[in-house]
Amino acid sequence: MKPHYESPFIQKLNAGMLNKFGSRTEYIPVKHIDNVPVAELMDTFGSPLFVISEKTIRQTYQKALKTFKMRYPKVQFAWSYKTNYLDAVCRVFHQEGSWAEVVSRFEYEKAIHNGVPGNLIVFNGPDKSKEDLKLAVANGSLIHIDHFDELYMLIELMEQIKDKTARVAIRVNMDTGVYPQWDRFGFNYESGQAYNAITKIIAQEKLQLEGLHCHIGTYMLTANAYAVAARKLCELAASFQNATGNSIKYLDMGGGFCSSNTLKGSYLQGIDIVPTFDDYAEAITNTILQFGFKPNELPLLILETGRALIDNAGYVLGTVLATKRLSNNRRATISDIGVNILFTSFWYNHRISPAQDFTHHAEETALYGPLCMNIDCLRESIVLPLLKKGDHIVVHEVGAYNMTQWMQFITLRPNVVMIDMNGKPHLIRKSETLDTIVENEIVPEHLL
Amino acid sequence: MKIRKNIAISENGFIFNPLTGDSFSINETGVAILQQLKDGVKSEDIVIFMMNEYEIDKHSAEKDLTDYLSMLKSYQLTENE
Repeated sequence: MKPHYESPFIQKLNAGMLNKFGSRTEYIPVKHIDNVPVAELMDTFGSPLFVISEKTIRQTYQKALKTFKMRYPKVQFAWSYKTNYLDAVCRVFHQEGSWAEVVSRFEYEKAIHNGVPGNLIVFNGPDKSKEDLKLAVANGSLIHIDHFDELYMLIELMEQIKDKTARVAIRVNMDTGVYPQWDRFGFNYESGQAYNAITKIIAQEKLQLEGLHCHIGTYMLTANAYAVAARKLCELAASFQNATGNSIKYLDMGGGFCSSNTLKGSYLQGIDIVPTFDDYAEAITNTILQFGFKPNELPLLILETGRALIDNAGYVLGTVLATKRLSNNRRATISDIGVNILFTSFWYNHRISPAQDFTHHAEETALYGPLCMNIDCLRESIVLPLLKKGDHIVVHEVGAYNMTQWMQFITLRPNVVMIDMNGKPHLIRKSETLDTIVENEIVPEHLL
Repeated sequence: MKIRKNIAISENGFIFNPLTGDSFSINETGVAILQQLKDGVKSEDIVIFMMNEYEIDKHSAEKDLTDYLSMLKSYQLTENE
């Protein structure tokens, strides 16, 4: 039998020179996901292919829940639909006990479609129409009011609805000591706007202020910002209690916990710098517990964690289409994974592993996608073992935002499979075909 | 294409160019091809050599060889012809 072929390779040695792109990180191929061979998955379901591990979702969720519950008695996760709203994914979270957190009518209806009772849906977002609010009131959902226009619209609406009260919370933005300050969602704390909104709600018979919500940012690299936010929500809750004698039922700390992906421009790997669930839990629960609520009036703590619960459960598998040289002799590798399906490659340096055996030789390469667009670059520079046409690659931690923000652009979106707890892959979203795209198009008669 | 006569090639994939003082590392396939070039074997015959030695088709061998030769040239390891 002939020896395994590896493309001829020569590399100049620069003793003592630091490589600003970092050194090689992949030492063993990733041939299996949850014990299912990567090659088999691609033979059956094609390339590129999104793969989701049900086992990882459940393990991560249970770990996060335990981390908070061991510190605080009343904790509830609400699955952030925008992070990944594939039905199968949502249903895993709901089976685990998660409520739904939605930010549009579309997501709201998806949650209902997934069997979530209306009163366990948290309705966030700046875009809620009168009809949306009507539906949410009828279902007893938690309406998180984003601005005064929404508040006044809801007040008007409630004048027309008899025998019903709306369960509401206000969204609060604030200075938590991090830059940039997210102040576009909700009412500002420091300016007194948030308390004005509370006062307005108190005056309404048909609005019941049940909670206070904040969403202080995304990919928060400091857990302390949550302590600051929790403190400010507690202060508002105390003000509400002083004014009405009623206690706030829940504090919703929103999302923003990091996954271990590496942000572009970060000197260190994500895994080395991101706070853990313990860090976030410690910051939030300590603040609430020490604030001075009576034990029987401790608010329910709601968390809308998305990214940190799903990112590591998602992979995208791809195939090398070609290798070439750029004008400066740098290696370029073209794969069938484009930025249209891997949106997060705009802000992450995703970890990428070969899915077959390789030797100890590695070279620095630019990794491009298949689109005929200059922006279609997954990694400007990555040190990988030698790859050739037909080789397979595995991109890690792609579970968050890609399967919702992906675009049908130039090419079609691929299959998504979920590997169940017993290691059986299930197709959970079919790849698109030409019909998927043209069925919503209408050609005027004169062009037929 | 010919390799400069004074280029030192070790069996384990280490190359030294006394003209520039540069050192290089190459893989097993790279060493085998370099040896063929040193022996004066023509490109067409190196492709056949690659196909005989490894599991590779003609087009892939040709493509990889062209790429490899361009790198050797860019590192000034070849004679001016």
